[in-house]
Amino acid sequence: MHLSDFQDGLASALLPPPGASAPPPAWLDALLAQPGFAVYRNTVAKGCIDALQANYPAVHALVGTDWLRAAAHAFVHQHPPTNGRLMGYGAGFADFLEGFGPAADLPYLGAVARLDRCWTESHLAADAPALQAAWLAQQAPEALARLRLQPHPAARWQWCAEHPAYRLWQCQREGLPWDANLPWQGEGALLTRPHDAVQWAPLPHAGCALLDACAAGATFEDAAAQALQADPATNLPALVALLLRTGALRAPEPC
Amino acid sequence: MPHLLTAGLGLKPQHYDEALHCTASGLWWEVHPENYLADGGPRLAWLEAIRARHPVSLHGVSLSLAADAPPDAEHLRRLAQLVRRIEPALVSEHLAWSAWRGRYHPDLLPFPRTHEALARIAANIAATQDALGRTIAIENPTHYLHIEGHDWSETDFLAGLVRRTGCSLLLDVNNVVLSAHNLGTSAHDYLDAFPVQAITEIHLAGHHADPRLGEALLIDSHDAPVAEPVWALYEHLIARTGPRPTLIERDDAIPPLPELLAERERAHRMLANLEALPCT
Repeated sequence: MHLSDFQDGLASALLPPPGASAPPPAWLDALLAQPGFAVYRNTVAKGCIDALQANYPAVHALVGTDWLRAAAHAFVHQHPPTNGRLMGYGAGFADFLEGFGPAADLPYLGAVARLDRCWTESHLAADAPALQAAWLAQQAPEALARLRLQPHPAARWQWCAEHPAYRLWQCQREGLPWDANLPWQGEGALLTRPHDAVQWAPLPHAGCALLDACAAGATFEDAAAQALQADPATNLPALVALLLRTGALRAPEPC
Repeated sequence: MPHLLTAGLGLKPQHYDEALHCTASGLWWEVHPENYLADGGPRLAWLEAIRARHPVSLHGVSLSLAADAPPDAEHLRRLAQLVRRIEPALVSEHLAWSAWRGRYHPDLLPFPRTHEALARIAANIAATQDALGRTIAIENPTHYLHIEGHDWSETDFLAGLVRRTGCSLLLDVNNVVLSAHNLGTSAHDYLDAFPVQAITEIHLAGHHADPRLGEALLIDSHDAPVAEPVWALYEHLIARTGPRPTLIERDDAIPPLPELLAERERAHRMLANLEALPCT
């Protein structure tokens, strides 16, 4: 038997693609009938599900282990890992949860998953020096307006219009009690990695708009305009101070 | 003169700080490179800090050398970058496959050891060694299935890979014991046939019986201390090979570091005692 035929057969038995498939050939049936086959099947499924559980700790804390692992099992069969770097596995789990029938009663779950994903991406992102306030203060006002500031490679941000996604996520992540007296309203989050560890802070809608514009290559003047469009009451200097303090912007490359 | 590397341990995140300050003679640390193939961030910083004080071994689990396809170019590029950055004392992978047609199956999967497979895997090892600029060691996996159609025994297959690629071998004694038990063969016969002169690293690990089938099927679970029959076979092996860097693997139910260091000390002493023997 060709090596590739063997691998096609065993792979289809371990992580069956969704939809109907042909009955296994006799040689594969002989493998499936052996008690040892379950060891491989269990190890493969457990490896994928363990990775998702590790990468979505706030979702896990919200829904519990059984629910999370059942959802992960369904996700794994639709979106199996594509490489061995499982520390980054599970992009798309938030979108999956938003279309997952059993999650219909938890409409905020996708937004919380998105912040877990932000943490993973920030944790694994490239190192780079953060933009310093002192450098920015040295720029002439006209030059400042034309600057194209880049988000730091480890900065991630999300605006959620419908749910207090940041507090929901933060409470699970930090083990804090949920304060039911606070209003249920949209929230944004900013995750950065100024030093070793990922840090997080609430970010207003205008801040998300500003970082979106910077990431798209806008000048500082245009990015500021988009921030004000998102929220005309924005205190722009305070917003920029927050971005500098958290290391959300990247230092310009030396000329 | 003792060897620089005697017995090593798997490095776990919960032990980073203690590991950094360990001063045991001959100690080294092994990691799965997959957990450090990040663009940047704290994982790489931790590994670099460990590497500044201790020898490090990179033990890959996902290069999928036994797949009928070349190793993933992006994965290989990242691995080569990590090798340049960390300058590991040892680099190893498995005689198994896991990635196939764009899907990764987190396990070490078996295959029929055919002539075709030997040619393909030799080419994959050679491509890996070219990309990394160094030789790698190939490990014997645990077997759970009787597979039809082998042209080669595993020991002859490994010897063939050594001859074709100049790779070395990582002998996992626990895997030898488990495979022999699960497939009804003899661990001693396997070791007698093994090309021991190619061994550059040895693994020892714990195992448990299958929860459903009991002792009929032993699982390579890495969640328990090394079993006595594995220690006995190890003693028999190193009497033939002389001292070789030996890793105590523990990936689940991980105890406090002092407990692992005590287990590691047993291997260290066995290796040191060999050094003390006169050459024969």
